[in-house]
Amino acid sequence: MTSRTDAGAEGRVYNVGGQDWDDIVAAADQAGDRPGEERLVVNMGPQHPSTHGVLRLILTLDGETVTELRPVVGYLHTGIEKNMEFRTWTQGVTFCTRMDYLAPLFNEAAFCLATERLLGITDAIPERASVIRVLMMELNRISSHLMAIATFGLELGATTVLLNGLREREKVLDLFELITGLRMNHAYIRPGGVSQDLPSGAIEKIREFVGVMPGLLGDLRKLLDANPVYLARTRDIAFLDLAGCMTLGVTGPVLRSTGLPWDLRKSQPYCGYESYEFDVPVQHTCDAYGRYLVRMDEMEQSLRIIEQCADRLASRGPAGDRVMIADAKIGWPAQLALGPDGLGNSPDHIKHIMGQSMEALIHHFKLVTEGFRVPAGQVYAAVESPRGELGCHAVSDGGTRPYRVHFRDPSFANLQALPAMCEGGMIADVIAAVASTDPVMGGVDR
Amino acid sequence: MTEDNQADRKPNPPDEAALAGSERLSEQVARTGMFGTETTGDTSGYGGLVVRRPPALSSPRPYGSYFDDLADELGRSLESAGLRFDAAIERVVADRGELTFGVSREHLTTVAARLRDDPALAFELCTGVSGVHYPADAGRELHAVYHLVSLTRNRRLRLEVSVPDSDPHLPTMVRVYPTCDWHERETWDFFGIIFDGHPALTRIEMPDDWKGHPQRKDYPLGGIPVEYRGATVPPPDERRAYE
Repeated sequence: MTSRTDAGAEGRVYNVGGQDWDDIVAAADQAGDRPGEERLVVNMGPQHPSTHGVLRLILTLDGETVTELRPVVGYLHTGIEKNMEFRTWTQGVTFCTRMDYLAPLFNEAAFCLATERLLGITDAIPERASVIRVLMMELNRISSHLMAIATFGLELGATTVLLNGLREREKVLDLFELITGLRMNHAYIRPGGVSQDLPSGAIEKIREFVGVMPGLLGDLRKLLDANPVYLARTRDIAFLDLAGCMTLGVTGPVLRSTGLPWDLRKSQPYCGYESYEFDVPVQHTCDAYGRYLVRMDEMEQSLRIIEQCADRLASRGPAGDRVMIADAKIGWPAQLALGPDGLGNSPDHIKHIMGQSMEALIHHFKLVTEGFRVPAGQVYAAVESPRGELGCHAVSDGGTRPYRVHFRDPSFANLQALPAMCEGGMIADVIAAVASTDPVMGGVDR
Repeated sequence: MTEDNQADRKPNPPDEAALAGSERLSEQVARTGMFGTETTGDTSGYGGLVVRRPPALSSPRPYGSYFDDLADELGRSLESAGLRFDAAIERVVADRGELTFGVSREHLTTVAARLRDDPALAFELCTGVSGVHYPADAGRELHAVYHLVSLTRNRRLRLEVSVPDSDPHLPTMVRVYPTCDWHERETWDFFGIIFDGHPALTRIEMPDDWKGHPQRKDYPLGGIPVEYRGATVPPPDERRAYE
C-alpha cells in the first residue's frame, strides 16, 4: 500500500492503487464531512494476507473505529457456471469442485444431488455410494474447519495454532489422497455415485484417523478455549444475532452461534444423513468465539459420523456393493482398477470392449463423449457445507449439457453480513470478524 | 448398439443394469434424426439426435406433499391483502418434489412480503436469485428464480419471474429480503436484469467497465479459432455439439 499526501485536495488524502479511488474520494468529500473530523478511508486488500484470498474491504475509519465497511468481491471470478454449460453433466463435476477449494467434496455433492434429482434417480443411488459420500463430506468438514481455525489463529497472531491446525488437516488430505488420488479438486463424487470404491486398507486408515483425532483436537482446544488473548480478541466481537442472520441470509456456524440448531443434515436430510447419530452443536453468544466453539464441536460430531460410516462400509466388505448406479445409460462405464503401472481402466473392461463386444465399445464411447441426456426441468439441491447452505440450482433443457447451473455459495451470502458485524467496532476486530465467517473467495466469485 | 442385438448374443436373463434403465427410457420423448446424416454420410459419431421432453408448464391439483396446503395459505394471505391468487401467481409447477410459483412481476414484492410475514407461511430466509436466459422463449426471455426457505415450517419454495429482453426490469426484493442485495447485483451483472429500486445496482463479479452480460446465451465467448497444421478449429460456442 502506497500513500501520499495530495496537496490539491482539502485535508489529507491517502491514496492507494485501487482504480476507483478518485470516485471514492469524491464521494467521501460530498458525503457531508463534518469540519475537523479525522476521517480516513483505507483499502484493506485485495492482497491483505488475512482476507482469505482476494477480498477487498474499503474501510472508513474515525480514529480506530470503523464507521463504514464496504466489501468488494469479484477478483477471483473464473466463470465456472458459464464453463459448465459447455461440458457434459459428468464433466461439470471437475469444474464445480474448484469453486470453494477448501470444501471441494461439498461442491461436487451439491451438483451431483441436483443432477440426480433432475434425472429422477435419487432413490437409485447405491447405498454404499451414499455412505462413501457422507464419509468424504464429513472428512472434508473437518479439514475445512481446521483450516478456518488455523488461519483464525494466525490472523490473531498465534502461529502455533496455524501449524497445529495445518498438521492435523494434513491427515485428512492424506486420506483424500489415498481414497480419491488427489488432495483437492477430486471430482470424486459423480452423478450416479462415486468414481471408485475405497482402496484396500482405507478403512484401517480411517479408523486410525478417528483414533488419534480427538486427542489432537483436544490439544487445539487447550491452546485456544481459555486462552486470555484469544478470548479478548473473539468474545463479544463481530456480533450478529438471529434476526441479523435471517435478514442477511447467513447460514452455517454463524447462524448456529446464535442458538438456532438449523443444519440441513438434520432438517432436510440427504445422502441418508437421517440414519446417522449426531448432534447439532449450538452456542448462544452470537460472537466470533461462539462460532469457533461451534466449529470445534462440529468436528467432534463429524468424527462420530465418520466412525459410523466406517462401520457400515466394513460390514459390507470391500467388493460387496457397487458404488455407481446400476443404470448403464447413466453410470460411468469404465471400471477403475489398480494395475502395475498405477490406477487405470480395469483390464477386464478393456478386454471386454476391445475384444468381445462391439456394442459395449460403442456404448462406452457414446456415454463418455456424448454423455447422458437429462430430462428438461429445474431443481435446487442444497447441502450443509462447512460454511452454510450450499445450493445448486440446475436447469436442463433435455440435452447432454447443463442449460444453466447456479451455485448459491454460503460465503457469498455470509460476506454481506460483514458491515453489520464490523461497523462501530475497532479496526482490529475486522480481522476477527472476517475470520469468524470463514469466507473462501473461490466460492464467492466462482 | 440396439438392445435386440445384445439380447441375441447374451442368453442370460436381463441384468439389473438393463432393468434399472428401462423405466426411464420408456418415458415420452420426442426424437429427431438418429445420426443426423441427412446431407452427408457423417460417421464421426456425432449424432445430431435431439431428445426433448418439454418441462411441465403448470401442474394440476393436487400438487402433493405440503404444496396444496402452502398454495391455499398463500391464496388466503393474498386475499387478505386484496389480491387474487390467480392474478399474482401465473402458474404453479410441482415437479420432482419441488414447488414453483410463477409470479407476475407487478406482484412479486407483494407475494414475497406475504410469504415472509404471514405466520402460516413464514419464509424467513431467501437463498438468493438465479438468472436464466431462454432466448427462444419470446417475450419471456429472462427469468429470475428466487429460492425461499421456511425454517419454522421446514419448507422450500421457488418463485420464478420472467421479463422480456426488451424491458428487463424487475422490482427489487432488497426491501423484503435484504440478502438479495448482492444476489441481484450478480444477476444484473451476468444477465442484465435491472432491479428497480436496488440501493446500488453495480457489477459485482465482472470489472465495472465490462461490456455485456456474460452468462446470457447470446454472449459471445470470444474464443479464437485454434490453428493446427493449416486447419482451424472454431471457438467452443461455435463448434458443433451434442444438443
